[in-house]
Amino acid sequence: MIASTIRKAVIAALWLAFLTFPLMVVKVNTLKDLVEWRWINLAWVLYSGFFASLVWQVLYQYRKTKKADDEDDPSLQGLSLGDRLMVSLKDPYVLVLLFALAYFVGLYPLVSFEFWRWSCKIALAVLAAKLAYKLFLVKKVRSCSAVMKESPLSKPILFAVLGIAVIYFPFSVDSYQVNIMVLALIYVVLGLGLNITVGLAGLLDLGYIAFFAVGAYTYGLLNTHFGLDFWICLPLGGLIGTFFGVLLGLPILRLRGDYLAIVTLGFGMIAHQVLTNWTDVFKGNLGIHKIERPGFFGMEMDLAQATTYTYFLVVLLVIGTIFVTNRLKDSRIGRAWMALREDEIACVAMGIDMARTKLSAYAFGAFWAGTVGVIFAARNTSINPNSFTFLESAIVLSIVVLGGMGSIFGVIIAALVMMLMPEYLRDIGEYRWLVFGAVMVLMMIFRPQGLIANQRRTYKYEGAKGEES
Amino acid sequence: MSFLDFDWEYFLLLFAGGLVKGSIYALIALGYTMVYGIIQLINFAHGEIYMIGAFVALMVSGVLTIYGFSGVSILVLAAIVAMIYAAAYGFTLERIAYRPLRGAPRLSPLISAIGMSLFLQNYVMLSQTPDFLRFPSLIPDFAFMEPIAHIINSVEVVILGTTVITMLGLTYLIKFTKVGKAMRATQQDMTMARLVGINSDRVISMTFVIGSVLAAIGGVLIASRLEQINFMIGFLAGVKAFTAAVLGGIGNIPGAVLGGLVLGLTESMAAGYISSAYEDVFAFGLLVLILTFRPAGLLGKAVKQKV
Repeated sequence: MIASTIRKAVIAALWLAFLTFPLMVVKVNTLKDLVEWRWINLAWVLYSGFFASLVWQVLYQYRKTKKADDEDDPSLQGLSLGDRLMVSLKDPYVLVLLFALAYFVGLYPLVSFEFWRWSCKIALAVLAAKLAYKLFLVKKVRSCSAVMKESPLSKPILFAVLGIAVIYFPFSVDSYQVNIMVLALIYVVLGLGLNITVGLAGLLDLGYIAFFAVGAYTYGLLNTHFGLDFWICLPLGGLIGTFFGVLLGLPILRLRGDYLAIVTLGFGMIAHQVLTNWTDVFKGNLGIHKIERPGFFGMEMDLAQATTYTYFLVVLLVIGTIFVTNRLKDSRIGRAWMALREDEIACVAMGIDMARTKLSAYAFGAFWAGTVGVIFAARNTSINPNSFTFLESAIVLSIVVLGGMGSIFGVIIAALVMMLMPEYLRDIGEYRWLVFGAVMVLMMIFRPQGLIANQRRTYKYEGAKGEES
Repeated sequence: MSFLDFDWEYFLLLFAGGLVKGSIYALIALGYTMVYGIIQLINFAHGEIYMIGAFVALMVSGVLTIYGFSGVSILVLAAIVAMIYAAAYGFTLERIAYRPLRGAPRLSPLISAIGMSLFLQNYVMLSQTPDFLRFPSLIPDFAFMEPIAHIINSVEVVILGTTVITMLGLTYLIKFTKVGKAMRATQQDMTMARLVGINSDRVISMTFVIGSVLAAIGGVLIASRLEQINFMIGFLAGVKAFTAAVLGGIGNIPGAVLGGLVLGLTESMAAGYISSAYEDVFAFGLLVLILTFRPAGLLGKAVKQKV
């Protein structure tokens, strides 16, 4: 078992080294006819490939057996500490963490000492925490969370703490960070909006960012040409977004899955090209400048105050979006969306109006994108087509996917992680997309339900009334 | 404007340009359509394979130039290595990103494919450069092309010739070889094909390999025409080629070729006679139009959904 795992890992590493050889090792300067040989990269690939393959094999094995994590493992009770440790070592997550630790320890000659020390520390800490949890704390944590669940106070307390944190946040950090947070929250709304179309209704939309652009340009143009106020444009942006959502939804009603994906991708690219090339209206790559920030009954605000104000506006919008999406999810139309997602033919056979359901899914998704687009334009005070490329659509889609399709809480977490992580981890900034791409693939294979799985509403039969005896 | 006033030379120029563009689209579209025909998956990362093919060819030609090889020998060697590598990438791609997802909901492999596409793009960007690299013009100018070189030059003739030969080869492979027969059988009914002893996993791998080789050929050809490449060329080409495949009716091999040519000619004509700024708008506009009126594409058969 172990021997074959290691043999497979060696083969995988060699194969990867072969695959990446011309791109990782060779670098050609075609202007000066020079070739640079970067042999150190070969060592990187071999070494990382070996460990990646080990991790892959462990996870794959685990996926096949599908043992639920952290189940009340009866085998753990009444065993001595040493035996419990042996059982814990078979846990896939513990194994993966062990591999990660070994990987970082072995990196010693290849990376800077600072990076080495930190990565080793983090890996060790996570491993220790996981082991401690497995060995000693499982029961305690579980009983604790059971108490939390039963107590009627826990929910209000949680919300109160969250609320205070949200209100306190802009006053505790400088306006640069508030500004980043605003952007992250904008993507939360985008994620929630796309969640309606993709997560609930199952209509893959690869050009979602176009609706965002519609909102942003609505405000940008109306404000700079006609001096219209932010507060008038906010609903207008949403409405025009909705209009475009229905407009684009109409021709593609009959299409399914893959055709839908490519056509929506096409729409996104058309939107981008029109924004770039119709310079008379949209000012091309220069974009629109000097857009007003949102006003508050004509109050004068400096930059920091305006940022804080925008922050609270977005927070309100996020809360509104969560509220509406949550209500929609359980409504008649929300259940129609989910039925459509599960099986279109059966859904139509049950008498659900397919056209109306699909169009409304597009319309709701586009509405939120349009609305938040207005805020985006107001936050940036200048917009240009480069904020609305396919890459942005891919970000929003990966937010929805990583968060767990259909799950509201998961989408919020994923959006915050995806938007804030590159800001605070500048070092890995340029590897960001590499990591996201890989995570999207791994997520689909090993955890298709996302970070936080969407919990479906279940109904329990509790016996008919009057039968208690 | 009377008939004689019509600028035929300009028209022919556009027509030749469209034909060349279309044949490249067709080469890439074949990969999409073959994969889709068998496992109903949009291999979103197919465009990336084409880009990697072009990059490998560039590396090989760079190294060979320094070691004193010249002209046609570089072209042939670079193309062969590029094809081998593209095949290896296609094979690995299927093993890592798609095979574990067989039988998963339809969206899962598609998202996995998008992730793979992002991954490969950034892998090339980080390991090489985000800038455009000059691609050496490996195809020589033929003397006999001199008189018509202002309409169609020798690079374009080579592209057209190679495409035609490749298509003939592919037709032979699919119609008359054992592999081709197995592929057609798997496309028609995978369960049944398995029952009669066809190793469907191997057939799927073969499909990816063949599609990737075609994409690499396309990549080398287009790179020697445009004479510059960067890590993003795969994305747009992939999207366009997929559009071509859908236009022709996805899963249908002659359809992919037809779709590629129609798309290339449309783009070329629209750019020449209307506006070159909106090339993509016309391409996708055509796609939406055709899908609205013929949802199964030009040559595709409408498949009834059964419950």
